[in-house]
Amino acid sequence: MTAVAPAAGAAAPFVPSGPSLLTRAHWAVIDTLTITRRNLLVWMRVPAYIMFTVIQPVMFVLLFRYVFGGAIAVPGVKGGYVNFLLPGIIGQTAAFATFGTAIALAQELQKGVIDRLKSMPMARSAVLAGRLVADTIRMFITIVIVVGVGYLVGFRFENGVGLAIGMIVLATVFGLAICCISAYTGLAIGDEESVQAFGLVWLFPLTFLSSAFVPIQSMPGWLQAFANNQPVTYVINVMRSMALGGPIAADLWKSIAWLAGIFIVFAPLAVRAYKRAS
Amino acid sequence: MSVPSSGPAILVQGLTKSFGEVRALRGIDLTVPRGTVLGVLGPNGAGKTTAVRILTTLLRPDGGRAIVEGYDVVSHAAAVRRTIGLSGQSAAIQEELTGRENLELVGRLYHLSWPNARTRAAELLEQFDLSDAANRAAKTYSGGMQRRLDLAASLVGRPKVLFLDEPTTGLDPRSRLGMWEIIRSLVAGGTTLLLTTQYLDEADELADQIVVIDHGQVIAAGTSEELKGRVGGDVLEFTVPDRNRVSDAAEAIARIGEGEPHVDKETGVINVGVGGRGSEALVEAVRSLDGASVQTQGLALRRPSLDDVFLALTGHAAEEDEPGGGKRGKRRGRRSGGSDAEKAVSS
Repeated sequence: MTAVAPAAGAAAPFVPSGPSLLTRAHWAVIDTLTITRRNLLVWMRVPAYIMFTVIQPVMFVLLFRYVFGGAIAVPGVKGGYVNFLLPGIIGQTAAFATFGTAIALAQELQKGVIDRLKSMPMARSAVLAGRLVADTIRMFITIVIVVGVGYLVGFRFENGVGLAIGMIVLATVFGLAICCISAYTGLAIGDEESVQAFGLVWLFPLTFLSSAFVPIQSMPGWLQAFANNQPVTYVINVMRSMALGGPIAADLWKSIAWLAGIFIVFAPLAVRAYKRAS
Repeated sequence: MSVPSSGPAILVQGLTKSFGEVRALRGIDLTVPRGTVLGVLGPNGAGKTTAVRILTTLLRPDGGRAIVEGYDVVSHAAAVRRTIGLSGQSAAIQEELTGRENLELVGRLYHLSWPNARTRAAELLEQFDLSDAANRAAKTYSGGMQRRLDLAASLVGRPKVLFLDEPTTGLDPRSRLGMWEIIRSLVAGGTTLLLTTQYLDEADELADQIVVIDHGQVIAAGTSEELKGRVGGDVLEFTVPDRNRVSDAAEAIARIGEGEPHVDKETGVINVGVGGRGSEALVEAVRSLDGASVQTQGLALRRPSLDDVFLALTGHAAEEDEPGGGKRGKRRGRRSGGSDAEKAVSS
């Protein structure tokens, strides 16, 4: 049966005319929504995920508000430490939420879910797009919950509704940018435990060595040099100014430049890692 | 139906694929006529999964070509995906979702409308005896149930060609039998099936044609009976309970068999092909083992199994192979029998 005459079966394969670009775009959107729905369903079914994405940030709020907060002086911040803290914790929450992105993609890769989906006649982009959309929705819900808890413990937006919404939008866009990095690491590393360990290695310093929890002036000089010039600080400074008042423009442009840079570098890397993933 | 081609369901010619230094496929040829079952048999790391991944458009070959239902897997990958189903080595289902949700999800991704996705999911749950568990999270399922759900998911799009990559690896014997029954009923419905397996009895049981792959090459092909015929008749087999006497026993029967006896030092099992002179060889074996005063258990003649075929073709038993590709080179030269067999089938 291996003895195949060279010509056998070569009879001109029937070539279907591919669907139009519009049809394909239509199905790419539908497939993305299907995958998004699946991911959100999974999220709601796993208590550990809820714990990770909702309860943990709330615990951080309480911890810093009532345990560490008293020891951290924030001269000149209207409303005191709780107002200083909330934008920082929201930024940290958005960044940490992307652990879930990396872990979920690594799991799907390990279990063969991505292979299965790739062997189906669905839009290949939908797996990654659906993951990012679902995780952004998840992140947005978490941010809203943290703001709610913040209000319960004394936080107040001091700069009007428009900029309050602006802050939440910026936090979400920031989270999505970090999500691209996490998606790339999840797909490129492809092993759940390693992904988790690696996530700690870069996410912890990036979020804690920033203006998120303490004024940077309280850090030693060499650390200030890093903390003052990294994107998380720029983004959180803008969020803080949007929430409480203060100069926005300078750090906003730096934030936009950084976020754009992250998207430009890591979105294609994530797509490439997804295409290669097996 | 939509493809009026009269060619085979799967046609593979000279397929090659390397991963760095490791040559996973060294030019394999396969033909699977429509509605038949091809069993691809080989140890871990033989290249079975690589071949399946190429045929299901997950991997691009380095050379050669592969045609599924008339479509080239590289240039018409999208068309191939519309005609195939794949069920891999691990259950690629979403464990947090229920069985029903899993199948409905796949239906939606095959672009069925919601009502159709629901109907199709219900049909498959019924067919695979999962209706009672339909609304439970898949993580509560047994291993066998998860595999059945995974197989059901691969059938949502009513594939013409189904690829099952080691469908029963890791299952308990009862679930394996259940899986075989399901696979048989699928094939009876006219689906073309390519099945990879490490289990020789599985290929024997399910496949119309079998190809044996080792080190990325087809080393033998034919029906189960044809392959067994290559061993050359019956096999004489017995166990030596006293492990210290195993080599004495092997020596005693060395002249009786056609070719060298195969000795498993760990289990004390010795077997040797005895060709057509079964009863005569049996009597001789009893005499010479008695002469050497070696005690044996269960001395008997049996029809050759695919294990014997594998041994005869490759010089090593299928289970002997360790996964991964690190030590392949060394093993190749271990016995000359392997390369002879390769020559025999390459013509």
